[in-house]
Amino acid sequence: MNTRDEKGMTEIVKKISKISSLLMFIFGIYVIVYGHITPGGGFAGGVIMACSLFVLVIANGKGYLAGVFKKGLFSKLDALGASLFAGIAFLGFLGGSFFLNILPKGKPWDVFSAGMIPLCNMSIGLKIFASLFAGFIAITAAKIVKNEKKDGMIYSNEESC
Amino acid sequence: MELYIILIIMIIGSLVAIKTRNILSSILSIGLVGLLLCVAFLYLGAPDIAITQLVVEVVVLIVMLRATINKNIIIIDKTLCFPAIAMVVFIIGFILIFFHRAISDLPEFGRPLMPVSGEYLLSGLEKTGAANIVASIILDFRAYDTLGEATVIFVAIAGAVVLLRKKGKI
Amino acid sequence: MLAYILCFLLILIGFYAILVKKNTIKIILGILIIDYGVNLFLILVGYRKKGIAPVVFKDMDIAEFAAKAVDPMPQAMVLTSIVIGLSVTLLLVAVSIRLYEKYGTFDVDEMKRLKG
Repeated sequence: MNTRDEKGMTEIVKKISKISSLLMFIFGIYVIVYGHITPGGGFAGGVIMACSLFVLVIANGKGYLAGVFKKGLFSKLDALGASLFAGIAFLGFLGGSFFLNILPKGKPWDVFSAGMIPLCNMSIGLKIFASLFAGFIAITAAKIVKNEKKDGMIYSNEESC
Repeated sequence: MELYIILIIMIIGSLVAIKTRNILSSILSIGLVGLLLCVAFLYLGAPDIAITQLVVEVVVLIVMLRATINKNIIIIDKTLCFPAIAMVVFIIGFILIFFHRAISDLPEFGRPLMPVSGEYLLSGLEKTGAANIVASIILDFRAYDTLGEATVIFVAIAGAVVLLRKKGKI
Repeated sequence: MLAYILCFLLILIGFYAILVKKNTIKIILGILIIDYGVNLFLILVGYRKKGIAPVVFKDMDIAEFAAKAVDPMPQAMVLTSIVIGLSVTLLLVAVSIRLYEKYGTFDVDEMKRLKG
C-alpha cells in the first residue's frame, strides 16, 4: 500500500491520466465562462478544475507534483481570488452603492453580457480551485520526516500549500 | 411516482451505510445515496444543483477513501447499551409528533407560494441580462450571501490545512 | 406530503447515527446524511408540478415562463450549501486523521480511556 502510493499505478493508467486531466481542465474553464447562459456557474466549474489535478496525483504517485509549483503558490492564488471578489464588490461604489452592476449589459445570449456576472464567476472558480487542491494535498500527500532530535518527530508537508 | 422509489432506495442505502461493519462498504453506500440524490434533483427541475452535487460527491468519496483505507483499523463497531438506544428512539418518536403538526402548515406539494420569486422571474432577464435566472440571483440580486459563503469556505479550508501541518512534538 | 415524510426520515437516520455510533468515521457519515436530507427538503418546497427549469431559452414568452417555472430561490440557497458541506467534511476528516495519529485508533471509547 505504501509503495503503491509512492510509485503510482501501471503505465497505461499514467499515460491516459495525462491526456484526460488536460481535457477535464478545459471543460472546467468552459463551465465557468458560460455560467450565465447555461446551468453551471463558478462553484461547479472550480470543483471540476480541481478534480483534474487530483487525477494526476493519484495515478502518478505522491511526489509527481512536488517540485513543480513554488512554495506557497496555492495559498496566494486562494487569497487572490477572494480579494478579487471583494474588489469587484467595492467597484460598485462608482455607480452609487455596494455591489451595483455597473458594466454594460449587452445582448442576452452573448458571452460578454450581463455586466459583472462573468467576472464574479471567474474569481469564485479560481478561489475554489486553489482551496480544494491545497486541502486535498494536506490530507493525503503529507510526508512524515523522522529527525533524530531530542524533541521527537518533526512533521513536514511535501507539497506547496 | 419515480421520486418516491428513489427516496425509498436512498433510505435503505443510508441504513446499510451506518449498520455494516466494513468501512469500505459503508463509504460506497454513501456514494450510492449521493448519486441517487443527483438523479432526484434532475426530476425536481434543478439542473444547476445536479451538476454541483455530482462533482462534490465524487470529491467526498475520493477524500474519505484516501484517508481511511491505508490505515490498520480493527473493526470493532460498538454502540451504546440498550437502555440508551431505547431513550434515543423515544426522543425521535417525540420529534416526529411535532413534525406532523409543523408540516400541515406548509403549502401543498406541487403548488409553491413563491412570494419573492415572481418578481425575479418576470424581470430577471431585462434587469441583469443573464439567461440563467439562478446565476443572476446568486450574483446580482443576492450577492451578500455569496460573499459570506466565500468567507466560510476560506476559513474552513484554512483550518484544515493548518491542523495537518504541525512541527514539533505531537 | 409523503415526500416530506420520507425526507424527514432521512434526516432522522443521520441524527440517529451521530448519537449512537462510536466510530469517528460513522459519525462523519451521519453528518453527511443530514446534509443530503436538508438540501433535498429545501428543493422539495419549491417544486411545481409539471414545471420547467428556471433557464430562459431563445424566443420564449416571459409571462408564460414565469407561470410555468419552478421556484429559483431555494436553488440559490442550496447551491452554496452543498459547497459549504464539502468544506466542513474536509475539516472533519482532517480532525479525525489527527486523532488517529495521536491515539492510534478510531474508537471514541478508547480515546476517553487513554487520556494522552
